[in-house]
Amino acid sequence: MQLTLWSYEGPPHVGAMRIAASMKGVHCVLHAPQGDTYADLLFTMIERRPGRPPVTYTTFNARHLGRDTAELVRETVNATYQRHQPEALLVGDTCTAELLQDQSGDLAQGMDLPVPVIGLELSAYSRKEGYGASEAFYQLVRGLLESDHGADAQPEDAPRPPRANLLGPTSLGFRCRDDVQEVTRLLESIGVEVNVVAPLGASPADLRRIPQADFNVSLYPEVARATCDWLQRRFGQPTVTTVPLGLGATRDFLTEVGEVTGLDVSRAVAEADARMAWYSRSVDSNYLTGKRVFIFGDGTHAVAAARIARDELGFEVVGLGTYAREEAREVRRAAKAYGVEPLITDDYLEVERAAAEASPELVLGTQMERHIAKRLGLPCAVISAPVHVQDFPARYAPNMGLEGANVIFDTWVHPLMMGLEEHLLGMFKEDFEFTADAPSHLEAGAAPAPGGAAGEAAPAEAATAVAEAGEGTTVCWTPEAEAELKKIPFFVRGKARRNTERFAADRGIATITVETIYDAKAHFSR
Amino acid sequence: MTETGNHPGGRACAGLTQEQGQRQVFCGLTSIVWLHRKMRDAFFLVVGSRTCAHLLQSAAGVMIFAEPRFATAVLGDRDLAGMADCNEELDRVVNELLARRPEIRNLFLVGSCPSEVIKLDLDKAAERLTAAHQGRVRVLPYSGSGLETTFTQGEDQFLTTLVEQLPASTDAEPSLIVLGTLADVVEDQFRRLFDQLGIGPVHFLPPRTGDELPPVGPGTRVLQAQPFTGEATRALIRRGAERIDAPYPLGVEGTRQWLQAAAGVFGVPDERLESVIEAPIARARAALERQREVLSGKRITFLPDSQLELPLARFLSAECGMQPVEVATPYFDREFHGRERDALGDGIRLIEGQDVDAQLDRLRADRPDLTVCGLGLANPLEAEGLRTKWSIELVFSPIQGFEQAGDLAELFARPLVRHETLKV
Repeated sequence: MQLTLWSYEGPPHVGAMRIAASMKGVHCVLHAPQGDTYADLLFTMIERRPGRPPVTYTTFNARHLGRDTAELVRETVNATYQRHQPEALLVGDTCTAELLQDQSGDLAQGMDLPVPVIGLELSAYSRKEGYGASEAFYQLVRGLLESDHGADAQPEDAPRPPRANLLGPTSLGFRCRDDVQEVTRLLESIGVEVNVVAPLGASPADLRRIPQADFNVSLYPEVARATCDWLQRRFGQPTVTTVPLGLGATRDFLTEVGEVTGLDVSRAVAEADARMAWYSRSVDSNYLTGKRVFIFGDGTHAVAAARIARDELGFEVVGLGTYAREEAREVRRAAKAYGVEPLITDDYLEVERAAAEASPELVLGTQMERHIAKRLGLPCAVISAPVHVQDFPARYAPNMGLEGANVIFDTWVHPLMMGLEEHLLGMFKEDFEFTADAPSHLEAGAAPAPGGAAGEAAPAEAATAVAEAGEGTTVCWTPEAEAELKKIPFFVRGKARRNTERFAADRGIATITVETIYDAKAHFSR
Repeated sequence: MTETGNHPGGRACAGLTQEQGQRQVFCGLTSIVWLHRKMRDAFFLVVGSRTCAHLLQSAAGVMIFAEPRFATAVLGDRDLAGMADCNEELDRVVNELLARRPEIRNLFLVGSCPSEVIKLDLDKAAERLTAAHQGRVRVLPYSGSGLETTFTQGEDQFLTTLVEQLPASTDAEPSLIVLGTLADVVEDQFRRLFDQLGIGPVHFLPPRTGDELPPVGPGTRVLQAQPFTGEATRALIRRGAERIDAPYPLGVEGTRQWLQAAAGVFGVPDERLESVIEAPIARARAALERQREVLSGKRITFLPDSQLELPLARFLSAECGMQPVEVATPYFDREFHGRERDALGDGIRLIEGQDVDAQLDRLRADRPDLTVCGLGLANPLEAEGLRTKWSIELVFSPIQGFEQAGDLAELFARPLVRHETLKV
């Protein structure tokens, strides 16, 4: 039994729903009690899906428990087939139905429907949404390709361009809609055709064409890795595993496609450029140097974000973690490379503690970390699922490929730039135009009054400035020292404060004076 | 409509069709979303699965601004396989929780579908935990399971548990319990009106904190503020209370008759009632008049959701000139809902329960001007060219009483006005 307040992932059957909802011609029957239908609203409200997700629930209640819930499964499967005429059916249990042990998948498979019926074992009491999506996709692809109607790679004579399948994008996935478009364009630019995109937008007939491609791109490994591994074993299709998130990774992605296809991509790699590269090199980006970033998300986006942060924006990675245990290995490996302790947890309170301890200047995370950052008064950008209605912008906003690199630059840098603007406002605050209630884009209390902007609570802050440093040692700041600290530009002030406190703690100095600040400055500048 | 006394069960069923099948409704756990905000020293611990946790999070939206006063003790494989003793595990989780949240005075153990199927005895667990945390925390059980409860019925179960905790009173002097969660602002308005009428003492159940539980006895009169309080009302009656028969306080007429029923029982002279409610009624009528222009003559269908459907349809029909086409409720209380049913009159399709696909077929044939439905259906129906009103807003918003009558009508007018305004 685990105490859970907010969770990053839903139950595994929600993952299965996402696969069905991604596709055309697939319907999902869930053996479920009244109330489990709540999950429909994730699709209709967060993604603004204009139709109901293709999911039917058996809706058993206390009365049914005394009778035959298995019969209810048969009736529901039958009625669903008659009404929706799907080309394939996914059938599984939600958590409560799993306890009834009706074996809904087997029951449905025994009904001799004229379409493939895929039974799902979702392990609701040990697994989560990511697993459910991966498992449902894998079982569906495997079920369709191994069935009688299963397609095989037909022999071809005519020469043709290399073909790829893009596997893993789903409904309720992070920016999948636009990533698919961007990666398709990228592949076409080097002469690779996209054969099938799945599950997003695919039909069962499309899945049967998967073997006609030369290789698979595991675009979202959380969903596609198991399927890609099986396709590799079963059809000998190699998998491109580089996820093109960020400019460097996009170049690596092209290189890996070149290796797999034998295409000469050297020119394409050399020419792969994004506006963000120049923006990052331009002098005004100097202030980004060494910004401390705390990163948390699904495995793929977190690991990719760390690389972008360090190599493409010049940030310092001070925390890296994931809520997805399936991705723990990748994240551990990356964390080691960045010299940070990996954080593998789905307890958001633990994430909040770790974020606070790392004292970052920017948080890159999920919607949960956005709230954590808001509480800590830190700028934040969202990089990963679980998704929110904001993660489905009306405009084209991929994260992958070259345009994705530009989108990421804007998304991450703007929250920091706004802080710089606030600082300039603070510098000019003596000027008569800048009154205490000067308009600010920041919500009241959201930012830690950078640059001493507008009506800051300086006296209170100075009088009570007490910091925890080192092993529980308490360090006080004199009002003069606090005031001196405020003269330091805000974008290095956090660092100056931390360094001074560490310096004081190491030397057993209980009260930080103006002298201490400059002693510490001299110490650390050596 | 001035008659008092309960409708006999049989008569109230006439003209009501029962439907079974797939339901597009919330389970009773969802009521935690407003109950935890109402009762400020209470914590709601669902004993259930990851699905329960996900439901609460999804229904609550993304209000992750603080550590919430609800959580889920998620059952795992070890608990089910008997490798861990569920009761010991629950004790451990509760101890962990109470250590972290020392301000909690009332802890509700909320049963779920899985806890019910594995027959985890939360009544016993609550007794045990109350004894273990003697004097510090009161631990109480109730069920919000989808096997037993639909959406607002979770509150009814919660209230029924609270009723068992009320101190007994032998006082024959009349006192009033207003039953069912109301927004604080509405509660305060009603309290002022009762004061002006000279009705008192007045208690609201649920109270804002656990130490404000009102006494109950032969002098207690119960006025239902919400239609989904039937079980709790019966529990109060078993403890000696008397129910005041009244419509639910929605709209000018509903509120007037609701207050009038209480005034009658408490012997308030008619002139005093009229003088107290005259000004608020005039305000409410003026506010309604504006919305009536938009709503009059428009056809409306309710999908089942909260049990508020019958009184809302009555209000929209009688006071806003709308024409209800189909009114579906998740549960029709044969003892207490008959009066609202009768007030709706004939010629309206009344449904108890749901078979969602069949209902949507009828909806597409009817094509009403407005459909009241849940969030899972609203956008899909909008995409089919139907105008919709989210039903969940009707549970979260202050809609009862004179001062809210105009706001309530506006909730229904807004989608229609917006549709006329947009040029995209």
